[in-house]
Amino acid sequence: MLLDWLYVAVFAVVGIIMAALPLAVVWLLAPRADYPQKRLTYESGVVPFGQAWAQFNIRYYLFALIFVLFEVEVIYLFPWAVVFREFINRQLGGFVFVEALLFIVILGMGLIYAWRKGALEWV
Amino acid sequence: MTGLLVEALIKSIVLLLVLLTATAYLTLLERRLLAKFQLRFGPNRAGPLGLLQPLADGLKLLFKESFVPAQVDPIIYWLAPSISMVTALFVYAVIPFGPSIQLFGRSIPLVLADVNVGILVVLATSSIGVYGIILGGWSASNKFSLLGSLRSSAQLISYELTLGLGVIAVVLLAGSLSMVQIVEAQRDLWFVFRFPYGTVAFMLFLIAGVAETNRAPFDLPEAEQELVAGYQTEYGGFKFAMFYIGEYMSVITISALATTLFLGGWYGPPVIGRWLPGIVWVILKIFAGVFWFVWLRATFPRVRHDQLMTLGWKVLLPVGLVNVLLAAVVLALRSR
Amino acid sequence: MGELAAFIILAIVTLLPAVVVVTSRNLVRAAMSLIPSFLGVTGLFVLLQAEFVAGIQILIYAGAIAVLILFVIMLTQGGTGTALRQVNEQQLVGGLVAGALTIALLGLLLRTPWPLVAGTLPRSNVAAVGGAFLTNFILAFEISSLVLLVSLVGALVIARREQ
Repeated sequence: MLLDWLYVAVFAVVGIIMAALPLAVVWLLAPRADYPQKRLTYESGVVPFGQAWAQFNIRYYLFALIFVLFEVEVIYLFPWAVVFREFINRQLGGFVFVEALLFIVILGMGLIYAWRKGALEWV
Repeated sequence: MTGLLVEALIKSIVLLLVLLTATAYLTLLERRLLAKFQLRFGPNRAGPLGLLQPLADGLKLLFKESFVPAQVDPIIYWLAPSISMVTALFVYAVIPFGPSIQLFGRSIPLVLADVNVGILVVLATSSIGVYGIILGGWSASNKFSLLGSLRSSAQLISYELTLGLGVIAVVLLAGSLSMVQIVEAQRDLWFVFRFPYGTVAFMLFLIAGVAETNRAPFDLPEAEQELVAGYQTEYGGFKFAMFYIGEYMSVITISALATTLFLGGWYGPPVIGRWLPGIVWVILKIFAGVFWFVWLRATFPRVRHDQLMTLGWKVLLPVGLVNVLLAAVVLALRSR
Repeated sequence: MGELAAFIILAIVTLLPAVVVVTSRNLVRAAMSLIPSFLGVTGLFVLLQAEFVAGIQILIYAGAIAVLILFVIMLTQGGTGTALRQVNEQQLVGGLVAGALTIALLGLLLRTPWPLVAGTLPRSNVAAVGGAFLTNFILAFEISSLVLLVSLVGALVIARREQ
């Protein structure tokens, strides 16, 4: 079983090398003709003003937060989904279904709450 | 041990070379197809049918000057496109391309690693891919880049949930997280034909897949009319190309995943399934998926950002949750 | 042998970025360094053949929590990339406490008699986790959804007040 992960690790390393290789080739081959104006930040041709790193809307944070919670829900459903058929075979299908139903309904209430409070509006 | 390492190395290099070539030719395929959709010719000058065009493009990008804008955060600026490309490549470690084949008297499985949590590896990798975009947009210190990357990351995380819920329906049906076993479970009936929950899960997966790859009609990060080029604005030369390789490879990835999870993997359609070997069916299905992506781009206009978020959170997420429950109910009732 | 080498590599991958997290003067770089650190921990879980925990580690920590942290940093002044000091005048006291804690933990680790008898691995540990969720630990499974609900409501209330 660990053997398969060795393959995954080797693949990852080779992938990283394949991504780095062209950058090295570029470093060797590409011309260099640098001057200050070229390095200016692109702002549709006008001289850039102010800072790009401004504080931005809190909505992004709200969505990220709701995302974290539902991500946890989704990953908790995976082990349930894997064993569900096994439990059906043991005549426990109804019981196990109700457990997942409770889990999803409780979090569904969270979604409804966020919805009603307008946290899902993007204006 | 060394023999194993060498074998893993050879397999990895072969797979990666095939993938990178396929990605390069996908750009040509897309341009030619889009041209056909719009009654143009498309690039047809470099070699017969324009077949040398990807080579010419690649060489051109290698010879482009690679300068770093003055205001950027240099480390993250270099890292971001690499993250995009490497995460896009990495998924293929667990995607099966066919049943085992006999070669030189040995049985060689056409999957690099059949780990028993394959589908989790896929989801985990796609959740890491977000960072290429967040960090690329942030490090460039450009207003368009930052705005594009924020929009894009909000889009990616929203649709990741839908993607996951589509996958959970598949796991319910297959009772396993291993990609090979998921395909085996579809020997008699592809999951897409398990009406209604399999079909709904398939549609959720495809819509989320288009959003995850930043493709039209969900290509808001690159909405050029408002954001210039989004998070890629300050990138040029091969660093820019790496973002694109990542994006185009993801198109193939989503097609390959749809093939594995819903379209029966290497199992062909009922009657004619035996006429062709498994790997040919996989490639045909992936090709169909890729064609669908291009078709979609040629057909639909881009959606607005608020429409995108509303669709993700208020339509697809509830539908996904209900669909998982529906699949569970049907499975439990059918076994009676 | 191979496992030891993998462990050492993964430990380095986990610890080096962790040092950057607490020392970098640029908050975004510090937050970003969490990601390789989380990935190293994931690798350690894989090495222990705890694949489901490894999946959680990536999807929730590296994929979701780190995004949230980056968003929070970009939402505040920290996102401007300006240099910040990560230490204050209590540097020395903090260092001493951390050092004492390290020694205490190390002593505890070395004194603990670790059981070396190998148990048998379940055929699929995701299925084992699922089985445990649905039978012995059903209460924990259901309560976790309540905890998530409460944290969601709480976060929304706080966020809306600040708007």
